[in-house]
Amino acid sequence: MKLQPVIGLEIHVELKTKTGMFCGCSADHFGKAPNTNTCPVCLGLPGALPVPNHQAIDWAIMIGLALDCRVNLESSFDRKHYFYPDLPKGYQISQYDDPFCQAGKLSLASGKIIRINRVHLEEDTAKMQHQVIDGQKMTLVDFNRSGVPLVEIVTEPDIASGEEAKEFLKKLRDIIRSLGVSDCDMEKGSMRLEPNISWSESPEKLNNYKVEIKNLNSFRFAQQGIDFELKRQKELLDQGKTPVQETRGYNPQKRATFSQRVKETSADYRYFPDPDIPPIVLTREYVENLRTKLPQLPEALANEMVNKFHLSLSTAQLLSKDQLKLAYFNQYKNQVEPLELANLIVNKKIDLDQPPPTKAASRAVDLNIIDQVLKENADAVAKYRTGKTSVIGFLVGQVMRLTGGKVDPKQVQDKLLKALQVRNLQG
Amino acid sequence: MKVNVLHLAKLVNMPLKPGESEKLQAGFDSTLKAVDELKKLPTAKTKSTFQVTKLQNVWREDIPQPERGFTQKQALSQAKKTYQGYFLVPRVIDDEA
Ligand SMILES: [Zn+2]
Repeated sequence: MKLQPVIGLEIHVELKTKTGMFCGCSADHFGKAPNTNTCPVCLGLPGALPVPNHQAIDWAIMIGLALDCRVNLESSFDRKHYFYPDLPKGYQISQYDDPFCQAGKLSLASGKIIRINRVHLEEDTAKMQHQVIDGQKMTLVDFNRSGVPLVEIVTEPDIASGEEAKEFLKKLRDIIRSLGVSDCDMEKGSMRLEPNISWSESPEKLNNYKVEIKNLNSFRFAQQGIDFELKRQKELLDQGKTPVQETRGYNPQKRATFSQRVKETSADYRYFPDPDIPPIVLTREYVENLRTKLPQLPEALANEMVNKFHLSLSTAQLLSKDQLKLAYFNQYKNQVEPLELANLIVNKKIDLDQPPPTKAASRAVDLNIIDQVLKENADAVAKYRTGKTSVIGFLVGQVMRLTGGKVDPKQVQDKLLKALQVRNLQG
Repeated sequence: MKVNVLHLAKLVNMPLKPGESEKLQAGFDSTLKAVDELKKLPTAKTKSTFQVTKLQNVWREDIPQPERGFTQKQALSQAKKTYQGYFLVPRVIDDEA
């Protein structure tokens, strides 16, 4: 029986709504004095009633739609019970049986598809700091973050390496950022990653253990942590031992994971629907209306920019996933030659707070380059002659590439057309 | 149905004194017996539900409600122990850090 690395990911993303998931406290908790952003609901006081945030529901569904998920028209919130100081009610309001979105997918550059199990909505917990106070090991708890809307995205265990995990995570972050629903800032904790890792026969036939890594605060650490864990587990398995099922932390200095023993937890969450929150029932039209609000996702946008403006794929990818740069590009692309503008932005030769330097007229097109392109692309020229005039776009792209975009594509097109006509006459 | 009192006590984090588990066991048994009476009702055609109000989509728009918020002092006023604006509890996690 051959075992392979089998990795699933759980990703938590804090939404940048103005208010909490179930209360009107500010969702912007970062850097505030401890426990200055609370109310009866997010402190879990008896009798306080949670009321879901409509915006958060819409955004969670939009994330699901962007990940090709099926949207459940009937969904509800459930109570997930466990005892921990970060959870004042003794349960977290989450979604269990009927999450908003299920069964999606995201493909990697290789074409490999990573299936998405679900996208659901829940409330964030309080923030804990572990310190020694008066010689005692203590935990400080700050409830400012408690109740902030949190979207959980769970993949199927389709990932096979730290590198694949990193690629998936970057792609996911870019998509969510393009939706404008979260900053996905790992340092501020608005995006959190939890890979679960085992060596198994296959994603369908899992081994009898898995190890979860928590508190990874960068994609690089996620990749390193996963790779370390795979190696550690392989060594145990090779010795005929089964790795312990547990949660581990990651120490970037040591580049190693370590066991995190948690006292008094139980896998018995006793999920049941929260009787305080009536079900959410949506119509097909409602969901389709949300779908129309999706922006063009980074991948599609990058492809479009390659075709339309003849950008290199890497430039287009960089632009398409950076909202600031993209907005700048869109603002000025009609005034400055788009390919040149894109290169200036990507090479950071431009201050995004200033308009782009007014460019001297595009350099005249070197006729030698036109000639060269026509010679090197005899196929396209032949197609043009048979009436497939659309190949002109391809030829323009070739010239733009050779000149590094420092010429005006309209001028290029004119010269190409002229050259082709001349050749037609000659031919 | 039988309730495993010791398991339940562990889940709800409730320490039991000697003799208490027997007492609770009897209490649960008689409560469940009373609930069993409900089984006599004809429910074959009744769909299961977790609410009886028939409400749906009770949600709020994303508008801050600072008037409902607590000051730090109010938030901490019921805590057993506090420290520099934080709730203070015994440490629940063992790690290298
Ligand atoms: Zn609140």
